[in-house]
Amino acid sequence: MAPRLKLFLPLLIFAIMAVFLFRGLSLDPQAMPSALIDRPLPEFELPVLGQERLLARKDVIGEVALLNVWATWCVSCRVEHPYLVQIAAGGVPIYGVNYKDEDAAASRWLAELGDPYRLNIADRAGSLGLDMGVYGAPETYLLDAAGVIRYRHVGVVDERVWQTILQPLYRELVAKGEAR
Amino acid sequence: MIAAVRVALLSLLLMSAGALAVIETYEFSDPALEQRYQLLSTELRCPKCQNQNIADSNAPIAQDLRKLLYQQLEAGASDEQILDHMVARYGEFVRYRPRFAGATAVLWLAPFLLLAAGITIAVLTLRSRKVRTGEAASLSVDDEQRLRKLLGETEKNS
Repeated sequence: MAPRLKLFLPLLIFAIMAVFLFRGLSLDPQAMPSALIDRPLPEFELPVLGQERLLARKDVIGEVALLNVWATWCVSCRVEHPYLVQIAAGGVPIYGVNYKDEDAAASRWLAELGDPYRLNIADRAGSLGLDMGVYGAPETYLLDAAGVIRYRHVGVVDERVWQTILQPLYRELVAKGEAR
Repeated sequence: MIAAVRVALLSLLLMSAGALAVIETYEFSDPALEQRYQLLSTELRCPKCQNQNIADSNAPIAQDLRKLLYQQLEAGASDEQILDHMVARYGEFVRYRPRFAGATAVLWLAPFLLLAAGITIAVLTLRSRKVRTGEAASLSVDDEQRLRKLLGETEKNS
């Protein structure tokens, strides 16, 4: 290499690093693809929140639906709750997984803040959460009509998340189901 | 001032001791199982607090994973089965030593490629430097005479 060109080597290295670092600014290091995408929702046998009646996988599948993992100890869950109520009012079926929580506290929460859920699975020990690869509430899963997990969103579902990510996928899955 | 710093450091120490005490202990039926537990819990990564293994983390999910690990070890699962079980739920991410596959090939091969690149650069640099010093050693006749003269002068002066 000509000596003159060699002088530009640091600049070149800087430029390459700048590209990668700039890319890093918009990456979320916490974002992790679920290992269960395109895999069936795991089998489970857990009680309905506040009851002894047992629920199984077949009770929550059958149509395209959201499965929302929540708990009363989870601050972000409180933030997203009003929006879930709004989505549910719009006719989207939402099932709840009350994750490592106390039934009494959870029932009080639903009575006070509104209940967007069709059914709530009381996962008191977090066993279903483990099988689904949940690592922190809130998490929201999109299930298709066959009970296959199609998407997972970790964190608060707000208007932006719903309108840009979840709703398009939801509509697509519903349309696919109707076409069949 | 120094006393205040000492008190702060001491309380930090005490606090960390308290934090360690929270981590639960398991009774193993076989010491060999306990050894495998220690090894596996340092090799599994906590999905929530991403730069800690599950042995070091206090996150609820790490506690759950330790419990799961304990139960599976006691149930007689092999290391491979346990790791597969974890990876099926949390992805390749939970392993601090991911297996060699398409997506992780860069991870495994990059150090060797960088080493090879480093050696190549070092060899090339050393070789070109040798050539240059070789040139410098052979002075032209004029330069040599000048050098002798200069050296002779300094010897006289000293």
